[in-house]
Amino acid sequence: MSAVAPADQAVPAGSAGALSERRPLGDRGFQGLALACGLLVLVILVLIAVTTSQQAASWFSTEGLKIFTNNWNPAANDFGGLAFIYGTAVTALIALVMAVPVSVGIALLLTEVVPYRWSRPIVYVIDLLAVVPSVVWGLWGILVFAPWIQHIYASIGSGVNGIPVLGNLFGPPTGGPSFFTCGIILAFMITPIVTSLSREVIATVPAIDREGAYALGATRLEMIRGTVWPHSQGGVVGAVLLGLGRAMGETIAAALVIGSSPEITSHLFAPGYSMPSVIANQFGESTGVFRAGLMGMGVLLFAFTIIINIIARGVVERSARRKRGA
Amino acid sequence: MAAVTGDEQKADLREPPSWRRTKNRIATALMVLAFVLVIIPLGFVLFTVVAKGISIINWSFLTSPIPSIVAPANEGGIGPAVVGTLEITGLATVITVPLGILGAIYLNEYGGKNPLARAIGFFSDVMTGVPSIVMGLFIFSIWVLHFGFSGLAGAFALGCLMLPIVIRSTYEMLRLVPNALREGSYALGATKARVTVTVVLPAAIGGIVSGALLAVARALGETAPLLFTILGGLTTLNANVFSGANTALPLLIFTNATQPYPGAQDRGWGAALTLIVLAFILMIASRLVTARFSRYSR
Amino acid sequence: MEQPEQDFAAKTELPAPAALQTRRSDAPVADTPGATIFDTRDVAIFYGSFQAVTDVSLSIYENEITAFIGSSGSGKTTVLRAFNRMNDLVPGARVEGEMYYRGASLYGKDVSPIAVRRRIGMVFQKPNPFPKSIYDNVAYGPRINGERNKHKLNEIVERSLRQAALWDEVKNRLNTSGLSLSGGQAQRLCIARTIAVEPDVVLMDEPASALDPIATTAIEDLMQELKTQFTIVIVTHNMQQATRVSDRTAFFSVLVNPESDTRTGVLVEYGRTEQIFQDPQDSRTQAYVTGRMG
Repeated sequence: MSAVAPADQAVPAGSAGALSERRPLGDRGFQGLALACGLLVLVILVLIAVTTSQQAASWFSTEGLKIFTNNWNPAANDFGGLAFIYGTAVTALIALVMAVPVSVGIALLLTEVVPYRWSRPIVYVIDLLAVVPSVVWGLWGILVFAPWIQHIYASIGSGVNGIPVLGNLFGPPTGGPSFFTCGIILAFMITPIVTSLSREVIATVPAIDREGAYALGATRLEMIRGTVWPHSQGGVVGAVLLGLGRAMGETIAAALVIGSSPEITSHLFAPGYSMPSVIANQFGESTGVFRAGLMGMGVLLFAFTIIINIIARGVVERSARRKRGA
Repeated sequence: MAAVTGDEQKADLREPPSWRRTKNRIATALMVLAFVLVIIPLGFVLFTVVAKGISIINWSFLTSPIPSIVAPANEGGIGPAVVGTLEITGLATVITVPLGILGAIYLNEYGGKNPLARAIGFFSDVMTGVPSIVMGLFIFSIWVLHFGFSGLAGAFALGCLMLPIVIRSTYEMLRLVPNALREGSYALGATKARVTVTVVLPAAIGGIVSGALLAVARALGETAPLLFTILGGLTTLNANVFSGANTALPLLIFTNATQPYPGAQDRGWGAALTLIVLAFILMIASRLVTARFSRYSR
Repeated sequence: MEQPEQDFAAKTELPAPAALQTRRSDAPVADTPGATIFDTRDVAIFYGSFQAVTDVSLSIYENEITAFIGSSGSGKTTVLRAFNRMNDLVPGARVEGEMYYRGASLYGKDVSPIAVRRRIGMVFQKPNPFPKSIYDNVAYGPRINGERNKHKLNEIVERSLRQAALWDEVKNRLNTSGLSLSGGQAQRLCIARTIAVEPDVVLMDEPASALDPIATTAIEDLMQELKTQFTIVIVTHNMQQATRVSDRTAFFSVLVNPESDTRTGVLVEYGRTEQIFQDPQDSRTQAYVTGRMG
């Protein structure tokens, strides 16, 4: 591959000429190729922003600030998207509330409680959880889980009906596909990523800190609260934010189990809608401003998740840096 | 604790007060409960998919064309979707993995700490968090609107999803290759490109392949990017991945999930089982490759 | 080729290195070294703003074994790695002063480090065989230099392994992984790999320090044989090793700068090995070789 004269081996090099060669073309070409591939990442991100915004332009211009109203009626040419933003936020929140304690619990289980030999099967289970495709969660969710859980919703709903706060949250109307069901499924789906990231962060707590706490006679819980938690809370926050981003962007499972009803309501057992779900469900039949609206929802989703991810990565990196410097 | 004299206090090796112990035990129990809370739904899903899917799966099912929605379960199959998934995901892999490896090579071997490399690394991680539906909308805007639906467009969309994953996992593997190997190669008069290609890559190849397999497993199950790029809705096979609408397993499952017809639903379960088995095979292959070929990640 | 120093200076039209004369306390008996392979004048090496070594002026002669000795941080390895431009791999490294290889400047404007390293090979402290077969390890160098002929490669591999005194032990398993060898064998494999490209010089950075005494002896015997074909420069912590194997010895020490609290290496004395160890001229050298410090 080298376009270079073969090394002069037997004859000693008495002049500078033999030692000088230009850097082979192949070497520089390879570096350029590698750089181009790296730049691809930045290029793609920019292109995503540009092309989708272009497609959504007519929505932004026609609706202006009305995109933030709760008035989505394609037939009447109204495309206010608040209901979807609300639904995305609510389902993501429900997912976090359920997934974070569980994920952090499992992460602590793996790093503090379980001896190494037993940790492998647990990690396999988490990996298995991660490998189930979103559409399979959705299929199971709509055909099996939702019909089953709606009875539970109905009982709870009738039980709390009338009670001030609870009634508003969990009272009727209730249905299988709903904000809450979507939240549960999302929780299953984001658990692997929050667990594995938390685990990475917690594992960087230096052993001497743990030993220091134990040496003072602490129980495991006290050690965790005293040393592990303060060290890793930054990183865990980052992991949680990443889970949030994931939950917000999850499309297919949500589209199947959220109920497809663009309503803003506090009743969590009622059907709702979210940004990615409406795009998935209605894109096919959409045209003109309708389609631009759906595309615009995609732009908003992109913007939200990029911001959340930047903050999350920044938080994780800063807490890691602080630890290394310490 | 009752007041004791100094010496007796020192020799008191009894357990700490029971309330501390109890709190500790409760905490441990909660952590175990967390794990159980995860096993239950996972088991439930897998059990359901296997139970409902296994009765419909046979060779004819996997190869027959897709019947109409209302057809009963014993007619037709999911053949076009299987081929579509294999072709589209395969194409995405072939396009993305080399690009990802080269990008990671830039980050680890050339870029080092310079600002551009740090930006690329940072945004590559950020990109893993971009929802897959956005990738679908992106390829729709930039490709489908000009060139129509095709398996190729779907491959691009999946590729955008896979690229940052491959870059990150390859980068981690390259980092683990000891510098002593690079120095040994430099000392023999190799150029940097040669050092990278003839020594560093072969040393890291096990981990790289393993990471790529996991990226493929992830792409396999993605539906949203395909919604806007391959269109779906086929009944007969379109083996040409470069032109014309196509279908794939996740898309088929999505369509059938909302159908009231039992035949369609059964085909959905069958497709779901197929998909899970494929993803599972890739996951196991990834672990095997790590165990046998990955020298430095252990 | 035997030429006294003055001829060398005249040949390349450089001013006679007067400073060198005083450092080098060659025995009055006619000492006729071979051709000058390396010549360094007032070399100082920096990593960024940190000065790693200063004031290095010496000459290395053909077919001799030259040892660099001294305590940690005295710059021996830094100077060694400057000879084959391995310091280039460290960002911020720079060399001041002049370093010549057979009369050509090593750090000249058009000099390619790749070309330098093809002529000046290096064996490292910790054996670093590639994760390839034994055969591929040795054939690696010739292959990247363009050798494709299978028969020639077989020849080169056998010859190199024989020269490295490893052939008999591995001839029946050339296809097994280089990583399966013991420490001493792996180091001989690395030596075989280095001489397979037929370099002019072999630099060795503490080649036996990671090995057990028996393997060390094997390496030292190997060096004596290799010096008939190559010029060898070795960095070693082991003074006995230096007396056993080397023809000339350079002693490095550490200069501590009290204000900036930095330590910089410096060449203290350089001469024939017997003279350095039996009749050192500098008190620091004497202190080191008699064990009073370092």
